Amino acid sequence: MTSNSTLDRTDGRRGAARRGLPGHAKPGRARGTSHRLAPYLLIAPAIILELLIHIVPMVVGVWMSFVGLTQAYIANWSTAPWEGLSSYKLALDFSSPIGNSFLHSFEVTCLYTILVVGISWTLGMSAALVLHRNFRGRGLFRTLFLVPYAMPIYAGIMTWSFMLQRDNGLVNHVLKSLGLTNGDSFWLIGSNAFWSMVVVAVWRSWPFAFLMLLAGLQNIPDDVYDAASVDGAGIWKQIRHITLPALRPVNLVMVLMLFLWTFNDFNTPFVLFGAQPPKSADIISIHIYGASFVNWDFGFGSAMSVLLLVFLLVVTGIYLLVFNRRSRRA
Amino acid sequence: MKRRLIPALAIVAMVASTAACGGSSGSNGSAGGSGSGSTTLTYWASNQGSSIDVDKKVLGPELKKFEKQTGIKVNLQVIGWPDLLNKILAATSSGKGPDVLNIGNTWAPSLQATGAFLPFDSSALKAIGGKSKFVPASFATGGAAGKDPTSVPLYSLVYGLYYNKKMFADAGLKPPTTWEELQSDAKKLTDPSKGVYGMAMEGGSYTESVHFAFIFGQQQGADPFDSSGKADFTSPGMVAGVKQYVDLMSNKVVNPSSVQYKNGPEAPGDFAKGKAAMLMSQNNADNTLVADGMKTSDYGVVAIPAPSGKKDTASFVAGINMSIFKNTKNKDAALKFVKFMTSPAEQKILDVPFAALPVNAGATPNFTKNAAEAKTFQGILAQRAVPLPLVANESQFETNVGNAVNQLIAQAATGKAPTDSDIKAALQQAQDKMASAG
Repeated sequence: MTSNSTLDRTDGRRGAARRGLPGHAKPGRARGTSHRLAPYLLIAPAIILELLIHIVPMVVGVWMSFVGLTQAYIANWSTAPWEGLSSYKLALDFSSPIGNSFLHSFEVTCLYTILVVGISWTLGMSAALVLHRNFRGRGLFRTLFLVPYAMPIYAGIMTWSFMLQRDNGLVNHVLKSLGLTNGDSFWLIGSNAFWSMVVVAVWRSWPFAFLMLLAGLQNIPDDVYDAASVDGAGIWKQIRHITLPALRPVNLVMVLMLFLWTFNDFNTPFVLFGAQPPKSADIISIHIYGASFVNWDFGFGSAMSVLLLVFLLVVTGIYLLVFNRRSRRA
Repeated sequence: MKRRLIPALAIVAMVASTAACGGSSGSNGSAGGSGSGSTTLTYWASNQGSSIDVDKKVLGPELKKFEKQTGIKVNLQVIGWPDLLNKILAATSSGKGPDVLNIGNTWAPSLQATGAFLPFDSSALKAIGGKSKFVPASFATGGAAGKDPTSVPLYSLVYGLYYNKKMFADAGLKPPTTWEELQSDAKKLTDPSKGVYGMAMEGGSYTESVHFAFIFGQQQGADPFDSSGKADFTSPGMVAGVKQYVDLMSNKVVNPSSVQYKNGPEAPGDFAKGKAAMLMSQNNADNTLVADGMKTSDYGVVAIPAPSGKKDTASFVAGINMSIFKNTKNKDAALKFVKFMTSPAEQKILDVPFAALPVNAGATPNFTKNAAEAKTFQGILAQRAVPLPLVANESQFETNVGNAVNQLIAQAATGKAPTDSDIKAALQQAQDKMASAG
C-alpha cells in the first residue's frame, strides 16, 4: 500500500509536468535548463583560460611566422610586412648557413632528448624496482630520490652551474680526488657543455620517471609474482614477463611526456650557459630564443617554432597510433 | 574509440601549446601613471654601482630631492645588465614600460629604430637644458646620424689599461706604450704556478668581447659596417683585431678559467687581489677595485696601446644614456626628470659613486681622487675614443660578434689556438645571423 502511494505520487508529478500544469511546469523547465548549462558553465573558466594562455598566443605565433616582425615593427606589430613563406624557406634551406645551423640545432636536440629520456627511464625504472620491495630505510631513499623533482628548477640548475665551474667547482674537485682527471676540465664550454647539459637534465627528469613507475608498480598484485616464483621464474623473467607488460600504460604516457618536456627544454641550457650556449649545447628552444630575442627577428623565430610544433605533432601522432594499435592487439 | 580520442586530443593540445610558446611575446614592466593629485614616474635605472642595493642607496636621496623640488614622485627600479635589454624589448613590444629609463648608449640606434622612444627634437632638447650642455662626443651616441636622438647621455665611460704599480715595479717594467710591449710585459708577469697572470679578462662576457673586437679592429683600420650600413665583419682588419684580443688567451697570459667570467666582479677582482697585473676596463671598474680592498694609489691607468704603426684608438665612447618612452602619459614630468639627472649639480653627485665621467661640456671629472687617472680617462674620451657604429642593427652586432669571440676564446682556453681562418669563419657565421634579421 505504501509503495503504491509513492508510485502514485511520482506518477502524478510526472503527469503534471507532461501536461504542463501551472505550478509544476515552470520549475521543471528551469531545472532542465540549468542542468543542461551546468557542464558548460563549469568548463567555461578552463576554456577561457586555455584560450588566453595557450591557444591565442599560439595563433599569434603562427601569424608572426608569416610576417617580417623585426625591431622596426615591435612597437606596432600590425604594421609588420607580410612575407609569406620566406622565413620557412630560410629555415629549411639547409645548404645556407642559417638553415644549416637550424638543422645542427635539431640534431643536437634529438640526441639530447634520446639520451635524457633513455637514461632517465633506466634510472627511474631501476630505482622503482629496488624501492618497491619492503626494506628498512625505504622511505628515506624514496624521499631522497624525489628531492631534485621537488627543488625549484632554477635553484637546482644554478647549483649545478657552480658545481661545474673549472677552478672551484665540486665536479672537478671530486674527479681530481679520485685521480680520474687533473681537475682542470672545462664543463661549461666546448663539447663537454653538451654532456654537462645531459647530466643536469637527467638529474632533473629521472625522479619523475621514478615516481610514475613506482606508482605503476604498486598496482601489480603480489600474487602474480608469487605464482611466477612458484613456476620457477627468476627476477629477470618476472621483470620481462610481468612488470614491463603491466607498466605498459604508464610507460606510454610517461615516455611521451618526458620526450615533449626534454625536446622543448629551455631552462637547462639557459641557466647553465645564458642566452647563447656553446655550439655543442645549442638545442632548439634556445636557438629559437636567440633568433627572436638576440637578433630581434621574431618572424623567423616564430617560423622555427611552428616547424617544431609540426614535428612534435607528427611524432606524437605516430607514437600514439603505433602504441595504441599494439595495445589493442595485446 | 572516444575513450582513446580524448587523452590523445589532450596530449595534442599540450604539444601545441608548449611548442608554440616560442612565438609568443611576454609583457613586462608597468606604465607610469598619475597618482591622486601628484604625478608618479616609473624609472628603470641600470646597475652602475657594485650592486643593485648600492644603486638604490645612491639614487634614493636624489629622487627625494627631485620630488621636493618638483612634486613629482619617482618609482625606481634598478635592473641588472644581463636583463636590461630584454626588459626594454618586452616593454617596447607590449607598450607597457616605464616613463624614463637608462640604456647602454651603444643600443641607442637599435632602440631608436623601434620607434618606441620619444625623439629629443628641438623643443624636447630645450626642455632639458639644450644640446650645448652635453659633451659633443657623448651626445653623438644618442641615435643614428641625421635623426633626432632618442636618448641623451647620463654617464660617460671609456676604456683604459689598469696596471698594478707594485707588480710592474717588482718586475722592473714600465706601463706599455705599444701592444707588443703589453704582450711581452704580460708574459713576464705571468706565473701560472702561483696563479698569477699578466692580464685579467672577462672571457665569457659578450659585451667585453665585442668592445675589444671593435677597438682592436679600429686599431687595424677596419670598420664592422660599410658606408651603406651593411655588415662587413670578415675584413682582414676585423680578423686581425679579433685575433689581437683572442691571442691573450692563446698566449696563456690570462687565467684560462676567466673564459667563464661574465659581466661581474670576477676580472676586476683578480686584478684587485694581485692575481692579474693588468686589466682593460671602463673607468667604473674603480668601484669594484676599491670594494675589493685596493687603494686608488695602488694602480695606474694608461690608454690601451695599439700595435706599432697602427691607429691609436684606445676606446669607444661608452656610457649610459637616458630615454623616455614615447607613450608616457607624463611627458613634461619625464623631461623635467631628465633635465634634473643631467644637470651639472646632479652629475657632480652621481659621478662619484658610479665612477663616471661628466656628460656636461667643460665639467671637471670628480669620480676619482687620483688626478692622473682622471686626466688619463678624460684624455682618452676627448682624443682616442670613437663611437660604436651608429646603425640600426648595432645591438645584433654586439650579441652576434661578441658571442662569436667568446666561442673563440673558449677554443683558445681549451688548448686550440684559433687561426685566422677559424676567426674568419666565426665572424662569417655572426654576419650570416645578422642577415636573417634583415
